[in-house]
Amino acid sequence: MTLALTPEQNTLIQTKNARSAALEFVASYAQAVGASSLIPIESAHIDGCLYHGEVSLDFVKHFIALGAKVAIPTTLNVGSVDLIHPGLVRGKSLNINGRQLMEAHLALGCKPTFTCAPYQLTDSRPAFGSHVAWGESNAICFANSVCGARTERYGDFIDLACAIAGFAPYYGLHKTENRKAKWLVNVAPSTLENDLVAVAVGHFIGRTGQSKIAAIEGLRLSTLEHELKGLGAAAASTGAVGLFHAIGLTPEAPTLGAVFLDARPQSTITLDQVALQAELSQLSTVKAGAILSAVSLGTPHFSIPEFAALMPRLKGQRAKIPFTINTNRNALESLSERGWDKILNNFGITLVVDTCVYVTTILDDLSGAVMTNSGKMAYYAPANLGCEIAFGSLAECVASAQMGFVVRL
Amino acid sequence: MISVLVDGNATGEPLVLAAPISFWGGVSPETGAIIEKRHPQFGAALKGKILMLPAAKGSSSGSSVLAEILRNGAGPAAIILGASDAILATGAMVAQALYGVMCPVVIVDQDLFQILAKAKNIRISGNDIKTN
Repeated sequence: MTLALTPEQNTLIQTKNARSAALEFVASYAQAVGASSLIPIESAHIDGCLYHGEVSLDFVKHFIALGAKVAIPTTLNVGSVDLIHPGLVRGKSLNINGRQLMEAHLALGCKPTFTCAPYQLTDSRPAFGSHVAWGESNAICFANSVCGARTERYGDFIDLACAIAGFAPYYGLHKTENRKAKWLVNVAPSTLENDLVAVAVGHFIGRTGQSKIAAIEGLRLSTLEHELKGLGAAAASTGAVGLFHAIGLTPEAPTLGAVFLDARPQSTITLDQVALQAELSQLSTVKAGAILSAVSLGTPHFSIPEFAALMPRLKGQRAKIPFTINTNRNALESLSERGWDKILNNFGITLVVDTCVYVTTILDDLSGAVMTNSGKMAYYAPANLGCEIAFGSLAECVASAQMGFVVRL
Repeated sequence: MISVLVDGNATGEPLVLAAPISFWGGVSPETGAIIEKRHPQFGAALKGKILMLPAAKGSSSGSSVLAEILRNGAGPAAIILGASDAILATGAMVAQALYGVMCPVVIVDQDLFQILAKAKNIRISGNDIKTN
């Protein structure tokens, strides 16, 4: 397929400036993915703030030298450093390079959000039906599925090039016909809490379906937004899931008929309680009673409603082991307004912002296992951090932090 | 069928990957060696090889890792894919734009992939691929 540019895009490309350089890059990418045109986008979310080597910095500096600025509102994903609490990250060179990379993105006009959950920031939440160019697998999945915005799975470099150009290739999940479900996952009634069901389903659809779009039927209507976040993050970790439809919960899925092209799934599978528990058990490498080195929540970043669910549980004995929660820097303000920061602190909880414990070196002691309520963290931690992992509900995580070993409720 | 994702010239010995690999976490950015312990070709070096991948997988940070490997001079001479992979194409495009390091990326059909996989040496020049 050949790429056709509009007269406006052609004029832009011929101007020979920073924006045209970015547009040329987007056009080459569009050709590589077989897109026939480029479309204007309303926002971008950049996943290039993690330092992977000199090339990470060179690419941004290349555009700074050309005098580039982003053409549309652009949020930044987590970086390698907590800029608000710099002492938290160990490793000098990562601190210097990681910080430089985060600051270089700000010079391009990106917003200092440093969060993997930009959809939690009211002014950065993409509108239903809007085209955006987002990076970071969970953010992509949430924007498409829960917000009903349209983005492909953009990766390093191309997300920033789209932000500077203001255009994205028109292909994949940008197109209505590619957003229909291919298979149906029926969730049978179970006694599991919503958050656990969500992670189990997410783990399953990514592991089994890879990039195939699933329609999920049977999630309770009381399932909360952060539980859908957990579902999408798990699915986008075990598979290349960019979009899922939860019938009755997500905006493109009011009914089962609405999500299938010819109103019929190619295949259907039912997950009963045993199957859901089997998915969850794959997320733990240790058993009940295993000694813990730390508890970590907030992968992707913990939202205010998640803190609200946590607060009533912070009673009794304080945490015996390091307990971290990753969140965005804006949340710090809300927490202090509510007086929750003191309660968290008294319980022994350390708030980490701008980054995430699973991508950088914050946890000191990993001789014991790490416990989390995040399917994504549980999936990546053994390889990224080299530690044993225990997955559990929010209540189990809190109780385990108090005991210093894995507690099952 | 040959389709060119990143244009260029290269010559080298093919290295056919027996299993998909995620460059992020799977290949060393410094040495270009496969570091994913579960991979059947653990330890193999990509440097100078015509890397042949039947299918790709993994994190979009793979673009950064491929570009960094190429910057370090430890990258493959070219990449031949069995299926389109925008992540690797992006990494090669960036290395070319920033450092002038050429690593052509082409997609070929299954039949041609099988023929090329058995070759001793492959020469790529744009959309022209020769074996000997």
